[in-house]
Amino acid sequence: MESTASAFKDNAHDALGNKHLQSALDKMRAGFPQRRLDAIGKLPEFEDLREQGREIKNHVLENLDWYLERFERNVTAAGGHVHWARTPEEARQLILGLCRKLGARTVTKGKTMIAEEIGLNDFLEAEGVIPIETDLGEYIIQLRREPPSHIIAPAIHLTKGQVEETFREIHTSLPADRNLEEPRSLVAEARTMLRDKFLKADVGITGANFLIAETGTSVIVTNEGNGDLTQLLPKAHIVVASLEKIVPTLEDAAALLRLLARSATGQDMSVYTTFSTGPRRAEDPDGPGEYHVVLLDNGRSALLGSEFQDMLRCIRCGACMNHCPVYGAIGGHAYGWVYPGPMGAVLTPSLIGIENAKHLPNASTFCGKCESVCPMKIPLPKMMRHYREREWQKRLSPPVARLGLKLWAFLALRPPLYHFFYAIAAQVLGLLGKRQGSFYNLPLAGAWTSTRDMPAPQGRSFQELWHQREKKKAA
Amino acid sequence: MSAARDEILGKIRGSLGRGPLTGDSAAKLEARLANHPVGIIPRRSEGLDRKGLTKLFEDQAIEIATTVERVSSLADVPKAVADYLARFNLPAEFAAAPDPLVDKVPWGERPLLKLKRGKPSPTDAVGLSVGFCAIAETGTLMMLSGPDNPSTLNFLPDDHIVILPASRVVGPMEAAWRRLRESRGGTAVGPTMPRTVNFITGPSRTGDIEQKLEMGAHGPRRQHILIVEDESLA
Repeated sequence: MESTASAFKDNAHDALGNKHLQSALDKMRAGFPQRRLDAIGKLPEFEDLREQGREIKNHVLENLDWYLERFERNVTAAGGHVHWARTPEEARQLILGLCRKLGARTVTKGKTMIAEEIGLNDFLEAEGVIPIETDLGEYIIQLRREPPSHIIAPAIHLTKGQVEETFREIHTSLPADRNLEEPRSLVAEARTMLRDKFLKADVGITGANFLIAETGTSVIVTNEGNGDLTQLLPKAHIVVASLEKIVPTLEDAAALLRLLARSATGQDMSVYTTFSTGPRRAEDPDGPGEYHVVLLDNGRSALLGSEFQDMLRCIRCGACMNHCPVYGAIGGHAYGWVYPGPMGAVLTPSLIGIENAKHLPNASTFCGKCESVCPMKIPLPKMMRHYREREWQKRLSPPVARLGLKLWAFLALRPPLYHFFYAIAAQVLGLLGKRQGSFYNLPLAGAWTSTRDMPAPQGRSFQELWHQREKKKAA
Repeated sequence: MSAARDEILGKIRGSLGRGPLTGDSAAKLEARLANHPVGIIPRRSEGLDRKGLTKLFEDQAIEIATTVERVSSLADVPKAVADYLARFNLPAEFAAAPDPLVDKVPWGERPLLKLKRGKPSPTDAVGLSVGFCAIAETGTLMMLSGPDNPSTLNFLPDDHIVILPASRVVGPMEAAWRRLRESRGGTAVGPTMPRTVNFITGPSRTGDIEQKLEMGAHGPRRQHILIVEDESLA
């Protein structure tokens, strides 16, 4: 997927003025956090489970090469194939090659962020293989030719009216008098359209929430059942997953599943949690005849051992964005690449480079909510700070901000000078703002005062007041 | 082996500042896989007897919009199925798993019911299968693929009826894995693992349009579990 992350400021500005989006975001802010809270309220062990989840993933990352090799060995033993891809281009070519070999004309797809990361749909389409998204949200945005705006609720930026419009435009067989006002009728319409596609598809592509080294198994989690119809009905099941999805055993997967759905949607378990191992067996009445796993690196191996290694614990629940005040104000598209929200603000510069991600590490108020709700205890604010430092070192931050910070640093390193200037500023601003109590606009702070008033200082600095108080006490 | 594979594994090792794991470190990982240790188990499902587990499973299943009905023996299953089909105006002909437990049901008592054994066709409205086991902690069914229970039965029909002997209800998912390992001679590695293990927690649903929950997105709109309390059933 092409990145527009460097246009974050403009994207965010547009998002704030988009009424449809703001109405959809209102619903999100009210929904996800409360449901998560209700679910973990019923599980007193939740905090201990977070710590345990962190340990499991850390253990995997420290031994990732060994577990990957074991995973590969067990996939092969079960009759499947593992393919390794260093780059998105390699992954796309591998998948296309498999589709070509199978003579595939249509491919159904379960929801996979890795396929978004490698830009699979556009590529397959250009090569004459038709990809069909089957997750309802993904299906809607595919019809609209939009990227997902949330990693677990890809169409969360849309209202039902917009979905109806899209269906009426694309599903040309729809009678004009069919009522599509309620989500229920929209779901039924999509179900009917997609059932036929499931039955006709030649290949099914899914992602993986986990890959299990012990058994050579891939795991997907859905609520709709689309991922299962995607992988059960066609001739072949292709899994596309990144390296860090590995967990050692079935029991480890069970432990992490207790965190995943609760953090994501506030369910104890998602409706369908499916463990797939190899192709159908000789005696099986159904299932795919071939099973392939495409393992994607795309920069992850370089994150190991770095200050961003913790990011590889991410299990893609979306809790960080569900609770983020910045995401809640602008939605996912403004982030400009595949992964939005706090996890995207860290992952995007990690995978496509800070030069291309620019402002993303600044898309945070540093309120710390993301880290506090992260089931894997990923220190997201700390890592955004690392990227801000890199942004500074690489001279990517705006010149005015750099000048301002340098000036501030010059003064801050010379306390007497700092206090001198500060006292003057406080006095002058205090006098100027005495009548109104606040400023409508201020030179050099226009960006701040254009959307709110700046309260006027009282005329004396804290230092002054403190010294005065100490003097009084002594006297 | 591919160049990409070697390069990726090499990069991982380079980032971790070491070579391939051998000797003691590899043996430790080998042992961890062999022992597959169980972590924290929520108290919710611990220390319950058969009755307690069944009750917890039932409560949790109802919570996620599954319907549950207890019958005392397999002899009661035909009536329960016939009643269910009648309640929702469903056809008397349905797809049924070739599971041996289905053979033990005296279907002859309800001559109008017509079982089509095997995997469902896309037009079958109702599917009936047998649960390998069930997880009380979350109200989850565990279904194994294989000749006895085609996986498509879990997804294609609009209504999914599942026969579940009460003796198969366990506490947490870890106990379900233990059951699977034991049924396969203590291991579930590679080829002894069923092609598909489906954990099913309620009927299909979506919240993708304005976060409003709607049932029956792609899989079954309804799920009905018949818990058979007959103690002699394994």
